[in-house]
Amino acid sequence: MPNMSLKKNPMPSLDANVRNKNFCEVALGYTKEMAIDEANRCLHCKNKPCVNGCPVGIDIPEFIAKIKEGDFEEAYNIIYKSSALPAVCGRVCPQESQCEGKCVRGIKGEPVGIGRLERFVADYHNNNCKELPAKPKSNGHKVAIIGSGPSGLTCAGKLALEGYEVTIFEALHMAGGVLVYGIPEFRLPKSIVQKEIDNLKALGVKVETNMVIGKVISIDELIKEYKFEAIFIGSGAGLPKFMGIPGENLKGVFSANEILTRVNLMKAYQPDSTTPVKNSKNVAVVGGGNVAMDAARCAKRLGAENVYIVYRRSLDELPARKEEVEHAMEEGIIFKVLTNPTEIIGDETGTASKMKCVEMVLGEPDASGRRKPIVKENSEFVMDVDCVIMALGTSPNPLIKNTTQGLDTEKWGGIITNEDGLTSREGIYAGGDAVTGAATVILAMGAGKKAAEAIDEYLKNK
Amino acid sequence: MCEFKLNQIVRKEELNPTVTKMEIYSPFIAKKAEPGEFIILRVDEKGERIPLTIAGYDREKGTVTIIFQIVGGTTMILNMLNEGDCLHDFVGPLGKATETEGLKKVAVVGGGVGCAIALPVAKKLHDNGCEVHSIVGFRNKDLVILEKEFTEASDKLVLMTDDGTYGQKGLVTNALEELIKEGNTYDEVIAIGPLIMMKFVTLLTKKYNIKTVVSMNPIMIDGTGMCGCCRLTVGGKTKFACVDGPDFDAFEVDFDEAISRSRSYTEFEARAREKACNLLKKEVK
Repeated sequence: MPNMSLKKNPMPSLDANVRNKNFCEVALGYTKEMAIDEANRCLHCKNKPCVNGCPVGIDIPEFIAKIKEGDFEEAYNIIYKSSALPAVCGRVCPQESQCEGKCVRGIKGEPVGIGRLERFVADYHNNNCKELPAKPKSNGHKVAIIGSGPSGLTCAGKLALEGYEVTIFEALHMAGGVLVYGIPEFRLPKSIVQKEIDNLKALGVKVETNMVIGKVISIDELIKEYKFEAIFIGSGAGLPKFMGIPGENLKGVFSANEILTRVNLMKAYQPDSTTPVKNSKNVAVVGGGNVAMDAARCAKRLGAENVYIVYRRSLDELPARKEEVEHAMEEGIIFKVLTNPTEIIGDETGTASKMKCVEMVLGEPDASGRRKPIVKENSEFVMDVDCVIMALGTSPNPLIKNTTQGLDTEKWGGIITNEDGLTSREGIYAGGDAVTGAATVILAMGAGKKAAEAIDEYLKNK
Repeated sequence: MCEFKLNQIVRKEELNPTVTKMEIYSPFIAKKAEPGEFIILRVDEKGERIPLTIAGYDREKGTVTIIFQIVGGTTMILNMLNEGDCLHDFVGPLGKATETEGLKKVAVVGGGVGCAIALPVAKKLHDNGCEVHSIVGFRNKDLVILEKEFTEASDKLVLMTDDGTYGQKGLVTNALEELIKEGNTYDEVIAIGPLIMMKFVTLLTKKYNIKTVVSMNPIMIDGTGMCGCCRLTVGGKTKFACVDGPDFDAFEVDFDEAISRSRSYTEFEARAREKACNLLKKEVK
């Protein structure tokens, strides 16, 4: 009998006033009973609209059917055919606009908690199955992947399963890209990312860290000297934007990338860390995306008394996931919307102490379809802040573009590809934020998967 | 098969009581390194990432030389390592190489441990047939490093100490001004050292309108352009030293801002230094 409850099984989570003082994972995950009960809400539709909403096309009703039977390992195997990172995606995908957005149960009531079920299955597998996947037989072809973020890891996993000899080159000292330096521990425990990377290594994928491609080895050298037959560029969009307002280079003003890298990658919140992070009292995070929410929630956990999200549009236009905004509000983050900074003012030591802002009103929709914020006259006011974090978005790093001849890019730096991910150079593919500009983890994974299929096709027919 | 492991310390030498030179086995970086570029290293798994400029390289041996001053927690722990030990992470070459093309006569000014960075630049210029006048400054005689190497790489070498215990007494700016007044016309002055020294060299060369290049040394984390921690104001615009530099046109650099930003973590650094000191004391016991 299907479970006809209109509501999803709620996700157990840590109390907001406990969790905003530590970096433990907020959402605790379903128990077996909750997972089976939630799985029974799935109607097993024949036309499977949810699958169309998943950028990597996981066979959702099939894996949920296995949960209903209590065969969690088989459920995992079904997911793994389409996604190499289920424990990650179950946690960080914006399911409301993807798989769950298409679920028929969502027409009347809440959709099936597909993300929560995927997460349950992946965690169950990781906790209970100690065996690593077997290494497939090599087909002798060498492929290089630039960047170990979601697109690179997915592309690598897919190719390794087909028998390719895959090497990932990562610039930082740890693999995972935004999964390790960007998304905080309380949303995505790093041990989970590590486990997914260990699985890839078991498939025979080599991971070379501390390799800045474009500096230490160029893409052309990878092809000519190191005999890689195809390349996938998944180097992301890591270059932070600043506003260009006065006072932005004062002490106490950071890019969100800097704060998140210090906290997540360098573990600056731990007392024995050798990487420092500033202790602040009043923190303003400028921006309204997921990165802004992450930075604000980190600042709160580092002990700040007041953490503000300063956003120039209204709550309705916040680009962050609804769930993240709710979590932030529960944890005591203060939302100052329809507000835009115009200047940061420093004290006698050159440290930020105040931020001048103006109020905004929303006008007609602009080219992006969102209502354009307009400055309200005579609305200038000053906030007390000792830390300002700019979370205004990022653009692709020009390093690869500048050191690879004949690689066409957009004016803003994105690599130009066709729909298969092929760039202007034969054998060189690209995907993820390096192509689209800052987007989501799962879109990057979808691009990585597509490029892997195209590379397979290309090398088989070569 | 090579006898060394990746990131292994092949040679360690104390240049003076506070400055150590290490040759690190890193064949990929050694193959590509150019004067002016830098590396980022982590000593151990818990370590922070610190930037150090490449002080030399041996493409055949596959080694990269770093020279560092023992100033805080990480450099103290780094200095505890010996030949045969391995660094946890060693990444590079990063940044843009120093431009040396077309220069006919250059004054290279190095201050303290900055001389280690100035040396490969002087060498490259000298090898290219450029007339190199090197001015190197130290606080006192005990801190003098690389004198022989500079002598070989320079057409003229002026060695200064603040207290006059060796070479000439005074600051590098005194020596530079003297050379200019003697009628030396330089295509360019390249200054590498503490921020305050580079600032005063710049104030002097501005007076004589001699093009000046400085190698900036802001706080860095990733060193690949993804965080902006190392940002500086150059010609009124924000630049990231790790990818746009570290070399910049000195007349355009906002030194006061750079000096202020360099003091962002002084308290934390003092605690880290104390912690490393205690660790060292324990080791000795």
